[in-house]
Amino acid sequence: MADKKLYLFDKPRNVKIVLYGLYISCAILLLLDFIVHRHTQHRWEELLGFYSIYGFIGCAAIVIGSKWLRGMVERDEDYYTRDELTMAQEEDYVVD
Amino acid sequence: MWSIELPAFVPFFAAALLALVTRGALRSVLMLAVVALSGLHLWFLDGEVLVNLQFLEYELIPYRVDELSIVFGYVFHIAAFVSILFALHVKDTMQHVCALLYAGSAVGALFAGDLLSLFVFWEILAVSSVFLVWARRTERAYQSGMRYLIIQVMSGVILLGGLLLHVEQSGSLEFGFIGTDHLGGWLILLAFGIKGAFPLLHTWLTDAYPEATPTGTVFLSAFTTKTAIYTLARGYPGTELLIYVGATMACFPIFYAVIQNDLRRVLSYSLINQLGFMVCGIGIGTALAINGAVSHAFVHIIYKSLLFMSMGAVLYRTGKIKATDIGGLYKTMPKTAVLCIIGAASISAFPLFSGFVAKSMIMAAAIKEGYNVVWLALLLASAGVLKHAGIQIPYFAFFAHDSGIRTSEPPKNMLLAMTIAAFLCLAIGIYPKMLYRLLPFATDFNPYDLTHVLAQTQLLFFAMLAFVWLNLQGIYPPEKAAINLDAEWFYRRFLRRLVEKISVWVDGFDSDLRIRVEDRINWIITYFAQRHYPTGKGAVIRPTGNMVMYIAILLAAYLWLLLSFPH
Repeated sequence: MADKKLYLFDKPRNVKIVLYGLYISCAILLLLDFIVHRHTQHRWEELLGFYSIYGFIGCAAIVIGSKWLRGMVERDEDYYTRDELTMAQEEDYVVD
Repeated sequence: MWSIELPAFVPFFAAALLALVTRGALRSVLMLAVVALSGLHLWFLDGEVLVNLQFLEYELIPYRVDELSIVFGYVFHIAAFVSILFALHVKDTMQHVCALLYAGSAVGALFAGDLLSLFVFWEILAVSSVFLVWARRTERAYQSGMRYLIIQVMSGVILLGGLLLHVEQSGSLEFGFIGTDHLGGWLILLAFGIKGAFPLLHTWLTDAYPEATPTGTVFLSAFTTKTAIYTLARGYPGTELLIYVGATMACFPIFYAVIQNDLRRVLSYSLINQLGFMVCGIGIGTALAINGAVSHAFVHIIYKSLLFMSMGAVLYRTGKIKATDIGGLYKTMPKTAVLCIIGAASISAFPLFSGFVAKSMIMAAAIKEGYNVVWLALLLASAGVLKHAGIQIPYFAFFAHDSGIRTSEPPKNMLLAMTIAAFLCLAIGIYPKMLYRLLPFATDFNPYDLTHVLAQTQLLFFAMLAFVWLNLQGIYPPEKAAINLDAEWFYRRFLRRLVEKISVWVDGFDSDLRIRVEDRINWIITYFAQRHYPTGKGAVIRPTGNMVMYIAILLAAYLWLLLSFPH
């Protein structure tokens, strides 16, 4: 469908604003660790920037782990259904 | 004081009956009104209620309201109301009736005070819910529903076996703490575990939920698994095994969720991840942890419904739900996008959203009881939730690449239902006391202390940063039209192939045996035939004279015997 209208995120400038907003927020949050007095429950929490580092590394590890998992478990979309379905092709869902 | 002892499932079953015989606006009003009234009735209930019944030599308690079950009762009513509202435009009577029966049996299971009543509702729950999958009326949905039903009914059968052993052991049918010190307890735990989507027993969920109708999945996401959470909280609090089961459940689905293409399947894996937090809380079993598990179930039902509703709306409007097929929908569905983001922020547990005030209790309990590794796992799972549910869902549906699809906002009833759910997410997040007041144990937990808010915000923002970085670097796995093997491979492929192999072998053996037996029979037939063919020995015609001679011989023998033994 040809749609000439420009929407919010069609302008690269707006995307940039969102991204820079995120970068600045992250920087502020990290700096807050040095300013705010935190009362921690666990020794690891005392590490400056513990949650920031864990969040970043954790998320990256999940994504990389998933890629690795995908390498093992990925199959064609009809892997099961070519055995199970009697119809050769399935119709797309028709709304009520 | 309000104390009419009307079991809470009765209004739902009555509403199902009404939905069967009415149509149009009248039906809509009746369904919503009955559920709303039932909810109000529960709200005004004063103190605990117990309805007893004598059955043979056992005491049944078909209706019991106490501080644990009533919290679930409230949220089940909210979920039922919102889901019915979301589904009002549907003209399929079967779906309305089954949805009400389903919600009603879930409420019935909550308030079942004995194991036999629980078993009955457990089975109605299974049978009524499968129609929400079948209602999609494709062959794929039919088969998926069939697998779902088999597993669900199996859970019921195991529950029955377990409860019989348990009754023999304890002498009472009452549903209280069960524990794992006898076989019956283990069997019941297994039955609950199947419904609660424990690892390896979870495949019915990720198989069937994405195949149900756009509105059906909203119902499904609310009731079955949370009924299991409730039963676990009642029967197995403080069972240490559950801590590790829960931590596993919280972690493994996040890897699967990232690589799913069907966005409702992403949400299904995310559902298991959320259940993991609750199961973990139940396993820890302290007052704080149980409160955490219950409040997490409460808020989870609402934001998960919201997320499934937003994806249902997308599916309803575009007919598509795979990440490869959609994208850029914010352009024409901005309201749905905003509501979806509220749900996503809630499930990610951003401060001021409902997930935050619940999840933090479980995390706090894990630290307090010294489960360090479990705590780290849950922290990883928290980052993972943000990744797959918080970002992936809204990003791939509403942003990402522009699929070129231009559609419109969903019908008003859908938008209203999503708005109510989004409002509740924010309300509970901003004013958590509203929820804490309902919890089974009194608590003065304050989620909004600076350290905690800062920690969670850092975790989430840096996880987002990682997402952005991976995306910009091109490391992030792209959407791909493919499926991913899970434990279901065992029965959908391995067992299938095994059965095929066995049937080939049995077929061979069988035909071999048939041939041998046939040969033997043929031989016998030929033998007799040959004897009686014209030239055969059996076919000789003997003259009557022969018989006279035989008789003469016989008489001679008699005579000889007589003469030999005269006395």
